[in-house]
Amino acid sequence: MKILVCLSNVPDTTSKINFTDGDTKFDTNGVQFVINPNDEFGLTRAMWFKEKQGATVHVATVGEASTEPTIRKALAIGADEAIRVNAVPVDGFFVAEQLAEIVKNGEYDLVIAGRESIDYNGGMVPGILATLLGMNFVNTCISLEIDGNNTTATREIDGGKEKIATTLPLIIGGQKGLVAESDLRIPNMRGIMMARQKKLNVVEPTSSNSATADVKFEKPEPKGKVTLVDADNIDELINLLHNEAKVI
Amino acid sequence: MSVLVYTESENGKFKKNAHEVASYAYEVAKQLGTTATAIAINASKAEELGDFGISKVLNVSNDQLKTFNAKAFAQVIGQAAEKETAKVIILSSSADTKFLAPILTAQLKAGYVPNVVSAPESTSPFKVKRTVFSNKGFAITEISSEIKIVGVSNNAFGSAENKTTAAVESFEPNLGDDSFTSKSIEIDKVVGKATIADADIVVSGGRGLKGPENWGMIEELAEVLGAATACSKPVSDLGWRPHGEHVGQTGKPVASNLYIAIGISGAIQHLAGVSSSKVKVVINTDPEAPFFKAADYGIVGDAFEVVPKLIEKLKEFKAQNA
Repeated sequence: MKILVCLSNVPDTTSKINFTDGDTKFDTNGVQFVINPNDEFGLTRAMWFKEKQGATVHVATVGEASTEPTIRKALAIGADEAIRVNAVPVDGFFVAEQLAEIVKNGEYDLVIAGRESIDYNGGMVPGILATLLGMNFVNTCISLEIDGNNTTATREIDGGKEKIATTLPLIIGGQKGLVAESDLRIPNMRGIMMARQKKLNVVEPTSSNSATADVKFEKPEPKGKVTLVDADNIDELINLLHNEAKVI
Repeated sequence: MSVLVYTESENGKFKKNAHEVASYAYEVAKQLGTTATAIAINASKAEELGDFGISKVLNVSNDQLKTFNAKAFAQVIGQAAEKETAKVIILSSSADTKFLAPILTAQLKAGYVPNVVSAPESTSPFKVKRTVFSNKGFAITEISSEIKIVGVSNNAFGSAENKTTAAVESFEPNLGDDSFTSKSIEIDKVVGKATIADADIVVSGGRGLKGPENWGMIEELAEVLGAATACSKPVSDLGWRPHGEHVGQTGKPVASNLYIAIGISGAIQHLAGVSSSKVKVVINTDPEAPFFKAADYGIVGDAFEVVPKLIEKLKEFKAQNA
């Protein structure tokens, strides 16, 4: 089985978010970039398939050379090969179209992408990719079992979960649950050394039908001061929620 | 050329978000000088969408579509868009709709913008405001494709009554076997309780609750308020509560009217997940907990003393205001 894990290079979850150039660009100054957390769960699940079922795991990202430390981390964790599409990701459609070329050329059985990236939160790449390629697709996937050509995926739904039976080739939008947080791997020194020897292919982008552009950014209004209520005066809290905030 | 909106239903009844997206579609249609048409699937009272400004409903009655199937549902919406020559399609932000939206986007070669929080800033060029960086910022995004798909964030626009008469038309989509290559084999869903996605009020517990055995008071408080229950990341990591209740950057976003955080200190990732909630209440023993900076109301105190008192007082309040 050949697996492709799609990686997004995103600001670390604790990053402060600022904008520059008249609020038209994200300010990367001082920001640490990491593998998108939803992708990392998928990468770890792919490692499980590699170790238990002998799968080959490739990783791909769409980004400039500055994203290579992120890809190298995936190689150090155990991915066999990496592909980088040398382009600034314009929007979700653009990224999906670039990845579609890679999937077509690589003949992958399973493609794992995070359900959304934690920067632009589009949540569209795996679904667009699957549709462009005519592959089966399960979103918000929290568990995946593969038996021959048959797959059973569990996805999170509002208020519960749903089990879906389908077949390979399959694309999933994955998230926490595919593996537990405690199963995520930190590259060891041997992995880091070996990653240096692994193949990192750089390919140029294809043309795109992307149709959205962020023209300006804003930050939320600063928050007013909290109104503290004495722990012995619960009536006051209820009064505020009823008469001032009007939420109960 | 009307604006098309997909209005979700469950067991024949429209979901709460259906009224919100219908209201949004009416607003967009008004801006564009046209009307709003809804596509509904197995809805029993399709005409009620007229209360929210919908002039026409294409209602699909199809047993194959009784259970949600993303690909098939996307095809139905795509075919309805074609019939109506709709250039703008409005969707909700439910888990099901976010599943079908990218499929529809690729089918129609459309521009799709999810997490939209307000009516379009302009329709020519078409610009909408959406949340980015897990609610730590907003982007004004321009869509330049012929067909535009807008995913409205839960509870961001709200429902607005605009009474009109909706003409209900039956609509028969053309679906083949290739629409059903994935099959739902089991649904495990809590019935009769508010979900985080739909709830007006969410009651959430953190590590300060000390263990899963103490969740009874969280559930009781939620029951009194008709709220959904939720939790912080460490709580779901520890297995005290299911991941489906984890609120935050890698969990679920909450856009409720009221969010009550109990024993949650307020890590930046958690705050990102709740920032769309309108009013936040924090109960925590630590006055330095970062959540107090993001909250509207706070009580510095022990949850084990404060929450039972709050439950008791809310019961009295409800009895008086019944």
